[in-house]
Amino acid sequence: MGELTRREILKAFLGMAALQTISCDRKATLPEGKLVDLTLLEQGHRIRDGLQIEPTKRQPVSVVIVGCGVAGLVAGWTLRQAGFEDFLLLELDSTVGGTARSGRNSFISYPWGAHYVPVPRKENADLIEFLQQIGVVEGKDETGEPIVAEQYLCRDPEERVFYKGHWYEGLYLSVAASQEDLAEWNRFHQEIDYWVEWRDARGRRAFDIPLENSSDDPEVTKLDRISMREYLAHKGFKSARLLWYIEYGCRDDYGLKLDTTSAWAGLFYFASRMKRAGEDAQQLMAWPAGNGYLVDRLYSKVSDKVWLNSAAVTIIPTEAYVDIDVLRDGREAIGLRAQRAIFAAPQFLRKYVLRTPVEQRFLEAFEYGSWMVANLTLRDRPYSLGFPLAWDNVLYESPSLGYVVATHQALMDYGPTVFTYYYPVIEDNPRQARQKMLSIGWQEWVEIVLADLKRAHRNIAQLTERIDVMRWGHAMILPRPGFIWSKERQLAKQPIGRVHFAASDLSGVALFEEAFYQGRRAAREVLVALGIV
Amino acid sequence: MNRPYVLFLNVLIIATCGLIYELLAGTVASYVLGDSVTHFSLVIGLYLSALGVGSWLSKYIEAGLASKFVEVELGVALLGGFSAPALFFAFAHLKYFQVVLFLLVFAVGVLVGLEIPLLMRILKDDLEFKDLISKILSFDYLGALFASILFPIVLVPRLGLIRTSLLFGLLNALVGLWATYLLEPRIGGVILLRLRAGLVIVLLVIGLIKANSLTSLAEEQFYIDNIIYARTTPYQRIVVTQGKNSFSLFLNEHLQFSSADEYRYHEALVHPAIAVHGSPSRVMILGGGDGLALREVLKYSSVKEVVLVDLDPGMTSLSAKLPLLAKLNGDAYSDPRVRVVNQDAMIWLEQANDGRFDIAIVDFPDPSSFSLGKLYTTRFYKLLKARLTDNAAVAVQATSPLFARTAYWCIVRTLEAAGFFVRPYQTAVPSFGVWGFVLGKLQPFDIPTSLQLELKYLDEETLKTMFVFPRDMQAVEVEVNRLDNQILVRYYESEWRKWEN
Ligand SMILES: Cc1cc2nc3c(=O)[nH]c(=O)nc-3n(C[C@H](O)[C@H](O)[C@H](O)COP(=O)(O)OP(=O)(O)OC[C@H]3O[C@@H](n4cnc5c(N)ncnc54)[C@H](O)[C@@H]3O)c2cc1C
Repeated sequence: MGELTRREILKAFLGMAALQTISCDRKATLPEGKLVDLTLLEQGHRIRDGLQIEPTKRQPVSVVIVGCGVAGLVAGWTLRQAGFEDFLLLELDSTVGGTARSGRNSFISYPWGAHYVPVPRKENADLIEFLQQIGVVEGKDETGEPIVAEQYLCRDPEERVFYKGHWYEGLYLSVAASQEDLAEWNRFHQEIDYWVEWRDARGRRAFDIPLENSSDDPEVTKLDRISMREYLAHKGFKSARLLWYIEYGCRDDYGLKLDTTSAWAGLFYFASRMKRAGEDAQQLMAWPAGNGYLVDRLYSKVSDKVWLNSAAVTIIPTEAYVDIDVLRDGREAIGLRAQRAIFAAPQFLRKYVLRTPVEQRFLEAFEYGSWMVANLTLRDRPYSLGFPLAWDNVLYESPSLGYVVATHQALMDYGPTVFTYYYPVIEDNPRQARQKMLSIGWQEWVEIVLADLKRAHRNIAQLTERIDVMRWGHAMILPRPGFIWSKERQLAKQPIGRVHFAASDLSGVALFEEAFYQGRRAAREVLVALGIV
Repeated sequence: MNRPYVLFLNVLIIATCGLIYELLAGTVASYVLGDSVTHFSLVIGLYLSALGVGSWLSKYIEAGLASKFVEVELGVALLGGFSAPALFFAFAHLKYFQVVLFLLVFAVGVLVGLEIPLLMRILKDDLEFKDLISKILSFDYLGALFASILFPIVLVPRLGLIRTSLLFGLLNALVGLWATYLLEPRIGGVILLRLRAGLVIVLLVIGLIKANSLTSLAEEQFYIDNIIYARTTPYQRIVVTQGKNSFSLFLNEHLQFSSADEYRYHEALVHPAIAVHGSPSRVMILGGGDGLALREVLKYSSVKEVVLVDLDPGMTSLSAKLPLLAKLNGDAYSDPRVRVVNQDAMIWLEQANDGRFDIAIVDFPDPSSFSLGKLYTTRFYKLLKARLTDNAAVAVQATSPLFARTAYWCIVRTLEAAGFFVRPYQTAVPSFGVWGFVLGKLQPFDIPTSLQLELKYLDEETLKTMFVFPRDMQAVEVEVNRLDNQILVRYYESEWRKWEN
């Protein structure tokens, strides 16, 4: 990289401030590492570019599930739970988990995407049942709320934020907050409390998980027509640190800014995670592998049914069956003929894979954000000033989201560790964001990551032994204004002939709970259609 | 200035340096070995006799007096300059510290003994004999006076022993270099000699720089007593200090024990648990790398195996090898019943499949950080429970119920919340203050009333009184400490902060 372009790249991704810390130090040697997204990208492109295969014969199987992300695995497990065994799961990649997958090195597992789930409220019985089965939930308290095993709750300290050379406890920057700041902070919580307590005529909450259970009363759904920024401005919120805090939530959960997040989605983030007004938000559950832990447990329930390296290239629903052409290991063409299929991959892929006369152009409404995730293997904990290392470590002045520490939940407090660093590439136009992210390769991303973290950890580069980089082109569905309560989202959930749809993007927010819900819903649809339940 | 007079200034410096080395050796010895009278008088005697040996040997030096003189200077600079670091090193790593001490004192003495006779012979033609001898000797004794005043008043308190030693070595080497100019006409191969002097100076300067990374001046000020061992392991800073009659161990600046009264603490920690069990065979000690709880445990012949789990190999090996510590823990680490595991105790409890234990002695540093706080959580105690036999007893060090009352009761309640039946107790350990422990079992139990052994501190009367809590230490309302709230670290921090101000 030439000096000029290097500076330009750092400026484009980190802003002017970062240039000051890096300008005079050119690190001669970069750590080891590689891009881990190349095969995935290539597979995706082959399908997009209209790959055609011609299997010679067709194997019969009752149900085929396409995609082994959380939604697909949950769908498979749901079938099995119902005593139904004649099904297959296809996964184009060599590992399962999709955006909730994890990696592992010699001493610890670490996430490649999703890394936490808030403790479900008692109403989410399906999810609680699963968590109980795998030992994450140990029982119920006297009010019926689930009790999560201590080791799976995020260990204190959960978060810290770096601001002007110093780390502080918590995510909200409370140091030197003015009276007005604190007053707005309280008022914002009252605002959330209002929505937490709000019920419609049928007793439904304004914001619930799964999202499907939320009220469709216009008082709430109209919030989907404006942006979070408009909502906050309308309510008179001005405190810079409050707005930063709320925007951090939007960036973290959706990869959007205040201007581009639907106010409905923005409030959903806060209000769906609380039982009652005035209480703390639901605690977080976290694992070294992130949600990869849950993926592994789900996978163990259906692994005998999973075909890895097996891409569904075409899906053709007909009156009597559904044909699926599978490319296995990049060369073998296999035909499947199923009674039903569950498409548990994101909706944007439908136009390449699903051959149907049904008009699917409405799927253009599904837009996705781009995320770069880097896993840094460190020889030792880096220097840091102020509040000690937490699970989630956020840089106030950075466009990144900071990093989570894989060893935190493994109770490993000394020596080597892995930091998982998140950078949502946000542009008004999601396509541009994707191009921007993919326009630079491993080395450039490594320089960005190190320059960003160096502001808080002066010796980070010396301690980093390895950085692997994942560029998620379609990381998360974007709940921009109008999408959650759109016709398009409703339509997309409808089965097309014998094909049912399951991925989390159908919910409009990229959450484990939603993937779980959608996978289960689709599997139940299939069980009903097959006359099993 | 007249050349001979400048040389007398040399004598003054040399003499000061010589005495400084002697004082250093005596002080280091009395620091690390404690017994100051014996070691001081041995060091002085040996040093003076070595001076004699040096003087006597001087007659064997025939030619090249001036360059020999410079070489001797450089030798003294190196040996004397590095004497204190070398002695500390020997103390920490070698069994036979005294041998090194006496050899070093003797060698420095011999070299210093050579200096004056050589100088006198060099100057014999410049001055009348009576003048020469009166001047040299008076500067020599004046130097001794300087040293003896500077040493206790300025050098030790301001610089510490290691820096003093290196600094005077440097001074010595500079005198050597200076002498190559003063005596230039009489020296052959002067360039080479200056190069050697330069090398010695560089070495000593490096030593001075390194000395700061060993212990900083600020750190030395922090401790009331003298630091005799200091090391930063990947896990913590270990410092051993020596006072008049006792020595102390500090981890990250927190006092772990003082040899004067640690027996009170360790007897209170270990024996009540063993008493309620009766005859334990397998014992685990979590933390306690100093080996002192181990010493108490090993007193029981029923004990067949002790697994000691301490995070820091730097700590356990120090306790096994530092003669001072090994003596205090009765060489506990060489007992064949002992097995050491260097791992985070919580991860060990989670992972190791090491059977069940009759006794668990839980002796961690106070919960002053989140990584220590996790060792006092319900999760930790539940993991511990899974490793115990039905009749097992545990004893947990639980900070001070007086200074950190909430923190203490938080530990008690957390053990209860994890399913232990508990008996809180406390005792006085002067160097700590009032100290608290918790005895726990998996079923309800009565407090122990009898002891199997005769001990230094505990007897049956005292044992009973430990379970009585005066009013200012009685239970308070607390939350239970969990991994996801780490409330104990917050209690502890706020309470100790009050006392520190
Ligand atoms: C960086 C990042 C961080 C996140 N953090 C969180 C978090 O902290 N908490 C949280 O709850 N959620 C988080 N999410 C969102 C979370 O990952 C998703 O909500 C959820 O895991 C999505 O599951 P899914 O099954 O719907 O889809 P995906 O994970 O997208 O799974 C789809 C699967 O289908 C496969 N596939 C696609 N096409 C084909 C084909 N033609 N043939 C065969 N297989 C195919 C894919 O390879 C993939 O494995 C995060 C997402 C990202 C990207």
